[in-house]
Amino acid sequence: MRVRCTVNGEERVADDVWAGESLLYVLRERLGLPGSKNACEQGECGSCTVYLDGVPVCACLVAAGQVEGRTVVTVEGLADGDLLHPVQQAFLDAGAVQCGFCTPGLVVAVHDLLQRHPRPSDPDVREALAGNLCRCTGYEKILEAVRLAALRAGGDR
Amino acid sequence: MTATGTRARTRGGVGESAARPDGGLKVRGEFAFSSDLWMEGMLWGATLRSPHAHARVEAIRTEAALAVPGVFAVLTHEDVPGVNAYGLEHRDQPVLAHDRVRYQGEPVALVAADHPETARRAAALVEVDYAELPPVTDARAAVRGECEPLHAGGNTVRHVRIRRGDPTASAPVVVTGEYEVGMQDQAFLGPESGLAVPAADGGVDLYVATQWLHVDRSQVAYALGLDEELVRITLAGVGGAFGAREDLSMQVHACLLALRTGRAVKMVYSREESFFGHVHRHPAWMRYEHGADETGRLVYVRAEIVLDGGAYASSTPAVVANAATLGAGPYAVPNVAIDCHGAYTNNPPCGAMRGFGAVQAAFGYESQMDRLAEAVGVDPAEIRVLNGLTQGDHVATGQEVDSAAPVAELVRRVRDMPLPPPTGTDLRSLPGGVANTTHGEGVRRGVGYGVGIKNICFSEGFDDYSTARVTVQVVGDAPVASVHTAAVEVGQGVVTLQEQIARTELGIARVRVETADTRVGSAGSTSASRQSYVTGGAVQAACREVAAELVSRASIASGADPATLSLDADHVVDLSGRRVASVVDLLGGEEVVERTVEWRHRPTTTLDPETGQGSAHVQFAFAAHRAVVDVDVELGLVKVVALDCAQDVGRALNPGAVLGQVHGGSAQGLGLAVMEEIQVVDGLVRNPSFTDYLIPTVLDMPPMQVDVLELADPHAPYGLRGVGEPPTISSTPAIVAAIRAATGLPLARVPVRPEHLTGT
Ligand code: FES
Ligand code: FES
Repeated sequence: MRVRCTVNGEERVADDVWAGESLLYVLRERLGLPGSKNACEQGECGSCTVYLDGVPVCACLVAAGQVEGRTVVTVEGLADGDLLHPVQQAFLDAGAVQCGFCTPGLVVAVHDLLQRHPRPSDPDVREALAGNLCRCTGYEKILEAVRLAALRAGGDR
Repeated sequence: MTATGTRARTRGGVGESAARPDGGLKVRGEFAFSSDLWMEGMLWGATLRSPHAHARVEAIRTEAALAVPGVFAVLTHEDVPGVNAYGLEHRDQPVLAHDRVRYQGEPVALVAADHPETARRAAALVEVDYAELPPVTDARAAVRGECEPLHAGGNTVRHVRIRRGDPTASAPVVVTGEYEVGMQDQAFLGPESGLAVPAADGGVDLYVATQWLHVDRSQVAYALGLDEELVRITLAGVGGAFGAREDLSMQVHACLLALRTGRAVKMVYSREESFFGHVHRHPAWMRYEHGADETGRLVYVRAEIVLDGGAYASSTPAVVANAATLGAGPYAVPNVAIDCHGAYTNNPPCGAMRGFGAVQAAFGYESQMDRLAEAVGVDPAEIRVLNGLTQGDHVATGQEVDSAAPVAELVRRVRDMPLPPPTGTDLRSLPGGVANTTHGEGVRRGVGYGVGIKNICFSEGFDDYSTARVTVQVVGDAPVASVHTAAVEVGQGVVTLQEQIARTELGIARVRVETADTRVGSAGSTSASRQSYVTGGAVQAACREVAAELVSRASIASGADPATLSLDADHVVDLSGRRVASVVDLLGGEEVVERTVEWRHRPTTTLDPETGQGSAHVQFAFAAHRAVVDVDVELGLVKVVALDCAQDVGRALNPGAVLGQVHGGSAQGLGLAVMEEIQVVDGLVRNPSFTDYLIPTVLDMPPMQVDVLELADPHAPYGLRGVGEPPTISSTPAIVAAIRAATGLPLARVPVRPEHLTGT
């Protein structure tokens, strides 16, 4: 089948899509956007988190056909050209990146969290990120990155 | 400024929390992990694996699979052109099973097709006739010789025997215990994956996530029947490793398919396949006896340890040596008798995982130290302070500890850190969380301690080296240093560290680290907490040779004594910091200064086969944890409230990265303490998914206080001490001790499960 959707602001078309393919597969293997990761493909790790019509979803759990005519934003769509999004910058500055395999999913999840709650408490952050596994960092510096991004966004206002 | 030093003021050097060179790409989603590789016209590989733990393979028929449209090749053991065997220490593992399968998940056949789903479906159409055999699943029976031998030579992979002092010593206070450790998985997030590309010269180029490029290459070449020069391996982005990528997974398979089809072949394991595609942490059974005087000072330690190595040897021999030589723990003990055996069984193969043998032993000896504290009536922290190793003491192998060993100090530091506030009422801070299982009733708090010891680098006389090629040239009117090694970046930050060392040693701000590959000599494995030490040492040495060349040129040109010159801010400077020459001028246009150095740490010895005595280790590292837990004793739910750590790192070359290792290592120890276990029944894995194998989430991890000591080791580059493994070792026993303190239960097995706490 053919799937048409808007990805990171561009109209995209994928051809020869099998009915069993996920949005994650289409992004990674058909549209040249491997930023969303494939750590479990079972909805357990959050490494594939993308926005679908503005709502964060696990791309591995969305069938490709469900995306027809809809809007997807992936981690590759968050930076403004050379300028990192403040959440991305905060992950770097806080040292929240080790292997980086969890990072794309976490960056999207934190981006979403801070849009909804610009000043989340630590327990709020933990609750919001409970679906994103990281095996390297023990999460300490990821929490620090969220605090840093929230603080900087607060400073701008 | 020091007289001869190269402690450059160039920013981003050793000792700073310099930024990762790959960080920008990683936060943008543009870093190329091994599962992201793509090539026009590439095929996808899939693996058919044994459903049985032990069976004879009587026939394999591939016709139905080959007939599927889109399939390009179906391969079996008959298609392995070289020797159908690989392995890190013994080449005892078939690339593809021949007449027998020895574990569930053993690879039997391979398919290449134009779509991954086609490849998977075709693999399922390969018909294999198995005659099932009874599996050997009891490691202790296996090493006693009570089971059918799974390999020529029997079912003992290795026995290490340690005898120090008087092995029959007696003592007034004696505590004994039996302990078990379950099978833990490394559970890195980036699945096993890579891309093999056939080359015009008959060789193959492999892009893969691994831990040791050169050892992969020799094993791949051996199985393919090719000269090593025809197998070229380039590191692709690694999504975590923790030991699980030290053995081969899809490396030979992808190369076989690529060479057969003449097309690039990509393989990516699913999460379920990943649980079968790499080795795990050895499950352990341990029996310990500790003897002490009335004050609690240790007189002897006797132990028997059995590690289940599963179907193939992998790195079991070295894991056995670690568990044995470190089996008395970070304590001064005059009399030691330890026997450690590694077994062959039909359980999943076990090998390297962060902590490597030291983790299992630590659960045993630390549980014992708490029993001893209770028996003599002292505090658990105090018993560790009393017996802790210090510099000049000897470990169980008789080896002298010849640099800092601040065991007592580490324990005092975690003991004296502020305690967390009392159990609150916010559901999110209680055991069971928002599942709303308790509002505080039935919740008891406990505090526990753990200390661990780890050997850093490879041991037992292994020729452990790394190679660095450092180049300085002028690019766009400024000097640029480039560093090329085969050191594998798994997330720990060795790419950052190579840049930092070059900036410090060369005083050059612009540094580029080349992609790790086999065009440069071996760096050894990214394991044993060794890369900062060994590749760090190699990069430092190569940079110093380049610096000496530049200084010598400046000295000839200026007449200054070279001993008074050093490099800083792209110049050669004198003792007062005055610029004597610019690196750009010294290089004069096109010229390149390049040096390649093979660097070794000081040699170690083998262990005496009868007594296990010998200076087998290069360096020892120590960490201590204090854990605080809240336990809902009615439901058996545990909430780790605090997990604080003190560790001596010799010198923190990148303080931010050091903290990242302590946090992440502690989290893996927490996982082993309360949640992580591959459940194996009759040789079959029951939980190969992240739905059923749970690793800590951000809700499971408490905030951590970390105290980093920097007591330089004079033998090591910059005084550093390996960092990655120690925090994984001590966090598990500290958490279990805290649960014991909360519940009064003996808890002799990890992971601790709710039913262990409720007795149901
Ligand atoms: S890959 Fe989608 S949740 Fe893990
Ligand atoms: S940084 Fe490796 S999984 Fe999070």
